[in-house]
Amino acid sequence: MNGEHERVETLEKNEIDYVEVAKSSQFKSFIEGKRKFIVPLTIFFLVFYFLLPLLTSYTTFLNTPLFGDISWVWLFAVSQFIMVWVLSTIYVKRAASFDKEADQIIEDQIKKGGNS
Amino acid sequence: MDTTVVVLFLAIVLLTLVITFFAAKQTKSTGDFYTAGGGLTGWQNGLAIAGDYLSAASFLGIAGAIALNGFDGFFYSIGFLIAYLVVLFLVAEPLRNLGKYTLADMINSRFDAKKIRGAAAFSTITIVLFYMIAQLVGAGALIQLLFDIDYWIAVLIVGVMMTIYVLFGGMIATSWVQITKAVLLMAGMVIISFLVLMKFNFNISAMFTEVKSATSHGADYLKPGLKYDDALGTISLMIALVLGTSGLPHILMRFFTVKDAKTARSSVITATWTIGIFYILTLFLGFGAAIYVGESEILSANPGGNMAAPLLADAIGGNILFAFISAVAFATILAVVAGLVLSGASAFAHDIYGQIIKKGKVSDREQMLAARYAALAVSVVSILLALGAQNLNVAFLVSLAFCIAASANLPVILYTIYWKRFNTQGALMAILFGLISALVLVSISPSVFSPVEGAALFHGDPIFPLENPAIVSVPLGFLGGYLGTIFSKENDLKRYAEVKVKAHTGYRKSS
Repeated sequence: MNGEHERVETLEKNEIDYVEVAKSSQFKSFIEGKRKFIVPLTIFFLVFYFLLPLLTSYTTFLNTPLFGDISWVWLFAVSQFIMVWVLSTIYVKRAASFDKEADQIIEDQIKKGGNS
Repeated sequence: MDTTVVVLFLAIVLLTLVITFFAAKQTKSTGDFYTAGGGLTGWQNGLAIAGDYLSAASFLGIAGAIALNGFDGFFYSIGFLIAYLVVLFLVAEPLRNLGKYTLADMINSRFDAKKIRGAAAFSTITIVLFYMIAQLVGAGALIQLLFDIDYWIAVLIVGVMMTIYVLFGGMIATSWVQITKAVLLMAGMVIISFLVLMKFNFNISAMFTEVKSATSHGADYLKPGLKYDDALGTISLMIALVLGTSGLPHILMRFFTVKDAKTARSSVITATWTIGIFYILTLFLGFGAAIYVGESEILSANPGGNMAAPLLADAIGGNILFAFISAVAFATILAVVAGLVLSGASAFAHDIYGQIIKKGKVSDREQMLAARYAALAVSVVSILLALGAQNLNVAFLVSLAFCIAASANLPVILYTIYWKRFNTQGALMAILFGLISALVLVSISPSVFSPVEGAALFHGDPIFPLENPAIVSVPLGFLGGYLGTIFSKENDLKRYAEVKVKAHTGYRKSS
């Protein structure tokens, strides 16, 4: 009886309190940093993307010649590709520092059960 | 059918069978079967994502669409690529951190309710079936043209091959078939583009000048609006393309085949470069076909323009290049349908059988067996449906699949990861609103009803004006999730704290 009671207690001790982890200032500033990075860039690429069909549907100025028979709409279309590559490179660079923060949270908070 | 075509065709069949043979020996557990044991590296998975994503609709369809419609064909290329930013920024890493085999696993990391798993599995199966029928019918028609064999034989060949890969080699075979296909496809694209550009001494401006007078559209060919002259329709299509990818089950499943979020991220980068370069090259294929094959010949080979790329290969590279491109197109179809079978099977065997019916109490052996039966069933059903759908115009099914993915799957994914107040009722409503509205709106749209006899499934006036209803159904999916949530008091903040911490840090108890 007594032995079993002890086992239950250690189990409870190992239980991670995620609410505490989520409330910790370390985790909060981590999430805030991620949000400040991801939200503006997501809004930016969605706006940039939908500008293309909006401009081609409601205006004609993109049909202005840019270089020979190549008009601005082609430049805008190709710039969408370049945007994807640039943003994904920026994301990976930034995510490396998020990884470090996340590992730190696992070390400092989660492995201690969220009670630090 | 000439010998070069046959030899290359058989070489592809043989190569994929060898891959399956070795993969079968490594497939020992359920984890191996569904996710290759999570053992793929970033670049491998990146190429496999590209192989899974770049379907015949992309390779042959977009090349044909650009050849026939100029700039408007290029809209697809852009939408399909930008979609990966949504995947990378919002979905890939949390999904990898929370899920195990399927989309339903990820949602169930927050909500235990069986009805949610059931709804998510149902939406997965719906998408898989629609996508699959479109692929198989397209494949049948294409192989019929390329190799000059009957439609039903063509569908059977593709169907039997995909069944063999998945049944015996699971995700390991499927992944390597997709990687092989991605490499072959990129090689084919680069060769054709190089040959086209060489004709213009690598002067892109000269190519634009030439293509301006090559088609019946004249200067309009280089301007937007040739095909998509209706603003709402264009924007609706662009919504489905950019948001649909992050809800496609066979793409989502690929993120469970890597060990952690970091590898998931690096695989998206490899995929983004590969897919991006691919879609840039579709431009040279399309223009090349317009100039060197010509509009009337493309249309007479196939009214949808699907033969533009193989015909261009023939025109500028002769018989050998034609044979190579045909073989690549065949490999392309195989890789995509295999991925679809696997994601359909996982929804049936893991979600419905393993978790809902058996409540998770199944041994690894039983799970494997169930997965294989499910793969066989998904294959057989889709082959039968494809055989029956030969004369139907099913091209709209791909955009319908994207639309359901964007409307039914993406809202629930985003809410589950990012919205604190979200609850069980909300999750269920998000899936149902998105799924039902997409299905209903498409079934009363011009894709299904056309006043011109034979142009669509049914003869009559469409009630809903847009071919792709994403502009209405995606907001409805989000609205359903919102309303379901606020009309139910339930809210497990403790559970959300766990999900949030795990999603963002990648912490797993077992590891």
